[in-house]
Amino acid sequence: MADADRQPLNLLWLQSGGCGGCTLSLMCAESPDLFTTFESAGIHILWHPSISEASGTEFIDLLERIIKGEERLDLLCLEGAVVCGPNGSGKFHHLSGTGEPMMKWVAKLASVARHVVAVGSCAAYGGITAAGGNPSEACGLQFDETIDGGLLGKDFTDQQGLPVINIAGCPVHPNWVTETLLQISSGELQRDHLDEWGRPRSYADHLVHHGCPRNEFYEYKASAVKPSDLGCMMEHMGCLGTQAHADCNTRLWNGEGSCLRGGYACINCTAPGFEEPGHPFTETPKIAGIPVGLPTDMPKAWFVALASLSKAATPKRLKENAVADHIRVPPKRRVGGKS
Amino acid sequence: MGPFNRVEGDLEVTLDIEEERVKTAQVSSSLYRGFEQMLQGKEPGDALVYTPRICGICSVSQSVAAARALADLQGVTPPPNGDLAINLILANENVADHLTHFYLFFMPDFARETYRSEPWYPMVEKRFRAQAGTAAQEMLPARAQFMHLMGLMAGKWPHSLAIQPGGTTRAIEMQEKARLQAILFGFRRFLENTLYGDSLEHIVALDSTAALEQWIDARDPESSDFRRFLEVARQLDLQQLGRGNDRFMSYGAYRLQGEPIFKQGLWDQEAQLLDTSRITEDVSHSWMAHQTGPKHPFEGITLPDADVEHAYTWCKAPRLDGQVVEVGALARQQVDGHPLIRELVSDSGGNVRNRVIARLLEIARVVMRMEAWAKELKPGEAICHHKPFPQEAQGFGLVEAARGSLGHWIKIKHGRILNYQIIAPTTWNFSPRDNEGQPGALEIALEGATLRAGEKEPVSVQHIVRSFDPCMVCTVH
Repeated sequence: MADADRQPLNLLWLQSGGCGGCTLSLMCAESPDLFTTFESAGIHILWHPSISEASGTEFIDLLERIIKGEERLDLLCLEGAVVCGPNGSGKFHHLSGTGEPMMKWVAKLASVARHVVAVGSCAAYGGITAAGGNPSEACGLQFDETIDGGLLGKDFTDQQGLPVINIAGCPVHPNWVTETLLQISSGELQRDHLDEWGRPRSYADHLVHHGCPRNEFYEYKASAVKPSDLGCMMEHMGCLGTQAHADCNTRLWNGEGSCLRGGYACINCTAPGFEEPGHPFTETPKIAGIPVGLPTDMPKAWFVALASLSKAATPKRLKENAVADHIRVPPKRRVGGKS
Repeated sequence: MGPFNRVEGDLEVTLDIEEERVKTAQVSSSLYRGFEQMLQGKEPGDALVYTPRICGICSVSQSVAAARALADLQGVTPPPNGDLAINLILANENVADHLTHFYLFFMPDFARETYRSEPWYPMVEKRFRAQAGTAAQEMLPARAQFMHLMGLMAGKWPHSLAIQPGGTTRAIEMQEKARLQAILFGFRRFLENTLYGDSLEHIVALDSTAALEQWIDARDPESSDFRRFLEVARQLDLQQLGRGNDRFMSYGAYRLQGEPIFKQGLWDQEAQLLDTSRITEDVSHSWMAHQTGPKHPFEGITLPDADVEHAYTWCKAPRLDGQVVEVGALARQQVDGHPLIRELVSDSGGNVRNRVIARLLEIARVVMRMEAWAKELKPGEAICHHKPFPQEAQGFGLVEAARGSLGHWIKIKHGRILNYQIIAPTTWNFSPRDNEGQPGALEIALEGATLRAGEKEPVSVQHIVRSFDPCMVCTVH
């Protein structure tokens, strides 16, 4: 036992307007596996939709006990957006067996929880569920996309003074969740460990660009033009890795993957509003041939100058490999060199 | 009854109980998000971003259905490597889903208190009790390692964008091909040691009920999780629980050069050809705006209306030729003609036991195929073909997800999506009544379920519901 006399943290996990993919991703947790990680954090699962035995009235009784204060709730995790439609009624998702809109249950439970965690971009901001005119009137717990507020209001803080902790991502990386819960459990997570969108800075202070295996193509603006090409996907293929806040290319997914390593663009899924980029996801919008979205923190004139310089200097190896699906031209041995 | 957990998404079932038996059932899907509405007006390629996010457990299946529908618009077909890669990625998800279902969703119900006095209870409780059982602690790491295939071939899971109309975005190099085979070998070891207690070859060779009975008796029930289940199934007569209407459909699973590996078809007393132009969706009992009658998905309309009288679900009612069909692993293996499944169905039809046996048998069949596909990959050859979208066209894409037949139907005009309709496996299985009053597949299967003494929320209903491996987020989308 890590800490035998520590009081366990009671966790309740609810799902609403989402796909359940954050839970499925979480089950891919490794070193250690999910149950062991929870145990190490002293987390006791009061109820989770995919792994608990209780259903029906037994579960509804639990919710009522929590709301009455008869059962302590340390961590309320919501996966999926808050569904407010039609016309604010919440009828698009009533909690089965209760006839009550899920959004009402979530609001009541959030008011008695020590910490409230939004798992995934839907719960944080509305996410994919809010795409395309938002037919279900979905929003996040404390944001409606980029607008403060959401279900709980912009002034909401939990019983420890923290706002909703937004583990954004579509889906989340399992470790974003486990590491955040571990930090909450140890009492180390503070307000300034969250960024302006409420995301844990432990992963959101990084950019997807960091550790991208296509960095050399990026440097020389040797660009992919079609799916399966090896080149940089920023110029033509819609990749937002230079702007997206996440550590996907240094932490890796399912052993050794990431979107970029899988050969497709980063769509900035940790950001509020990512679901409506205003252009086809896998095409880069440009003005006068220059991508509209430049790398974070980079002045435009500098980028343009660098890009034209590096394009002029692109080695043949990168030019050819950029538009192939496997390495056609290997790096050469330098004349007289050893490598 | 509701909510039902250990299904994907939210579900409510209303039972009319008479003399300790379920007389009729109404199945209600309680969440509406509106993907079909969201997709209208989008660029067709964006469907590859949106539709996988309908569902976190069938994400790749949704990708494949969308990619095939888009391929139908473009008139493109993947090169052999593309087919193999898609099969491997899809099989990875389907097999992982079968495992998740068996270990986390289905078996824990037998570790409930209600069975405490049963002779087999201690064995099952130790192994499958929700959260505390030893089985999940072995399965989760094996599943996570198996899904390293996704990391290699699809970038991540769920919600990959790797699957394209003409193949995948990720060519496989020689060393990666070697690594894939090692991943599959490691997973085979877990299956053989823990799930089956026997070789995959022996499992797929079980070709009759007699052979299965003999196999069960050859070793102690404690020797593997499959045997543990079969022992419980015998003791509880699970072959008598949850009988459906025994009409099974499969779109055909996994493809090489356009041909499915597991056959496409309909089973209704006998094997029949499947005509998907005979598929319609009815909204007479759905919270959907009134329509003149059932519509083929190319003409389908999705317009929610929470105030429709006599409606009880967000789910539409798909029908094939006006008839209810059951989809899933049992349907797939029945249509494909696996001899054990054919005999089980002929003896006792679609039921809780047979659905689970078919799923576990399918794991062995598919993993052996995966080993062969991985060997057939040809590093250096093309993984993806490319063609542009036309301005105006219609197309559809069919796939078998873990839990059954999934279809996407798309119409584009001026280069944008005019209409996008999705019929998911659980839309078929958990459909409400239709305009003829015919109950859906689960509603039929629940009729006649018996109650144990003193039960208000019958455990038999839990078994029947979960035997379909429902995915509620796909159902309504």
